[in-house]
Amino acid sequence: MSLVEQEDAGALATTDAATDSRAARLMKRRSRIRLYEVAIWIAVIAAYFVLPSKMLILTEIAILALFAVSLDLVLGFAGIVSLGHAAFFGLGAYVAGLLALHFVAEPVTGLVVAGLITGLLGFLTSFLILRGSDLTRLMTTLGIGLMMAELANQMAWLTGGADGLSGFSLNPIFGVFEFDLFGKTGYVYCLVVLFLGVMIMRRIAFSPFGLSLKAIKSNAMRAGMIAVPARKRIVTAYTIAAVFAGVAGALLAQTTSFVSPDVLAFHRSADVLMVLTIGGTGYLYGGIFGAILFTLVKDALSIVTPQYWMFWIGLILVVLVLVGRERLNRWVDYLPKRMAGREDDR
Amino acid sequence: MSEIVLETRGLSRRFGAFMATNDVSLKVERGARHALIGPNGAGKTTLINLLTGVLPPSEGQVYLEGEDITGLASFRRVKRGLTRTFQINQLFPEFTPLETVCLAITERQGVGHSLWSTMAGYGRVIEEAASLLERFGLASVMGERTSILPYGKQRLLEIALAFASRPRVLLLDEPAAGVPEDERHEVLSIVSDLPKDVTVLLIEHDMDLVFSFASRISVLVAGAVFAEGTVAEISADPRVKAVYLGENA
Repeated sequence: MSLVEQEDAGALATTDAATDSRAARLMKRRSRIRLYEVAIWIAVIAAYFVLPSKMLILTEIAILALFAVSLDLVLGFAGIVSLGHAAFFGLGAYVAGLLALHFVAEPVTGLVVAGLITGLLGFLTSFLILRGSDLTRLMTTLGIGLMMAELANQMAWLTGGADGLSGFSLNPIFGVFEFDLFGKTGYVYCLVVLFLGVMIMRRIAFSPFGLSLKAIKSNAMRAGMIAVPARKRIVTAYTIAAVFAGVAGALLAQTTSFVSPDVLAFHRSADVLMVLTIGGTGYLYGGIFGAILFTLVKDALSIVTPQYWMFWIGLILVVLVLVGRERLNRWVDYLPKRMAGREDDR
Repeated sequence: MSEIVLETRGLSRRFGAFMATNDVSLKVERGARHALIGPNGAGKTTLINLLTGVLPPSEGQVYLEGEDITGLASFRRVKRGLTRTFQINQLFPEFTPLETVCLAITERQGVGHSLWSTMAGYGRVIEEAASLLERFGLASVMGERTSILPYGKQRLLEIALAFASRPRVLLLDEPAAGVPEDERHEVLSIVSDLPKDVTVLLIEHDMDLVFSFASRISVLVAGAVFAEGTVAEISADPRVKAVYLGENA
């Protein structure tokens, strides 16, 4: 009898150990690097060598991607909709431009300062989006975006007004890597910043903080009932997103040596939402996939029908949304399991 | 012995002209197994919502361990040891049970704001979550998405999730509703195996369950406390039989 008991106890212990390690493995599997991640980074590096004449559009894609990924952190994770994300992008661009014009022409310093200042604006405005529904948030963010655009327009003594900000040039990065005419340095620079930005946000995405954001989006009432302080989390997420949007704007100012008032325009906020719609939300890489597709389609259409490309973009958007609403979340789910490497595969 | 942990004073909630909760003054002792019964629409769930901060009351106060928590947000009440389950599952459909419970544990431990360490790095949190899920018979499905789990399993997760916050006062809103017959016993034994100092307020329709579990019963009718007493008192009360037990008999 005692033998049987011992055996039972032994069996129980091994099941326990097996379950435990299985739990740890399941959790690790969640944050492991997926195949599409490796593929996309190889592709964007390869683009540097394969498409040497396309540096400008590649740079444009990298900047838009960073901008979109930053929006995904609030939209795809915390579920906060925004029609004014360009406020941070534009502020970042102006800060970087003004800094290069008047103070420091070293690019990385410009990025850091732009990120800090836009982060501050993000922190301050985050309190305005805590209350209310999606509609009030859309209107609040839209309003902030419009106010920023008008401020930049009116403060012509500082921003150059409608003419934009020009007449500045950037020193070599870290005093070593000089910006060249073909935009090769610019692309590599943007790519490195994009990579670092995505890696940082990826790390955040798989942290307890990132998980709590998704919980807030999924069911705010239950999130509160497991002690998630939703408002605090949203403030933090919104601030981080503002930092990276500002960095993206700074990259644009630095690589083009020009800040157009267009950086704060409403269509930028709308574009970046479209990018996430195309690429999917809630897994960060949607920003990159979306930016590539959006920019290429826009580019192709504007060559074919220079006057009506907006029509076709609009049509594509409508079709995309109608074809699969659930696809908006992550179309990576529609890839073969091996490609997507979803967390619940075996 | 008779320390009051949860108390309401003149708690009311109006929806327009409708009094969902009408001047409820309730006292729950530490370690009590207190049941809240009443016919459908008596305002039981509204009362739970007022207690947990899902709804603000129109009038009155809620006290937890002697402190006024009427104005506190839900998450602060949970931090103070008051949590609940929902009558209708409130889960995170895209999460796995493991993720769901791990999140609750990190929040309880106060590391939920940590954004620079992956969840996979919290070995002890994961082990605790795994053993909790094991207790609830969810070990085999802990890596599946919650949305694809059968309803009974989701129901168990609903309750496991409340346990993950290690409440001192636990409000169970019809915990056994929708749980398959063969798993019912499991849920109830887990609930009755709770440490004696954990206070439980149970809303339930199943009278057998209420009478076997509870030591004290409050009967809610039309938003107000209609009767209160021990199991023996309530089951002998002819008025209660008339308004409530009569329905089932």
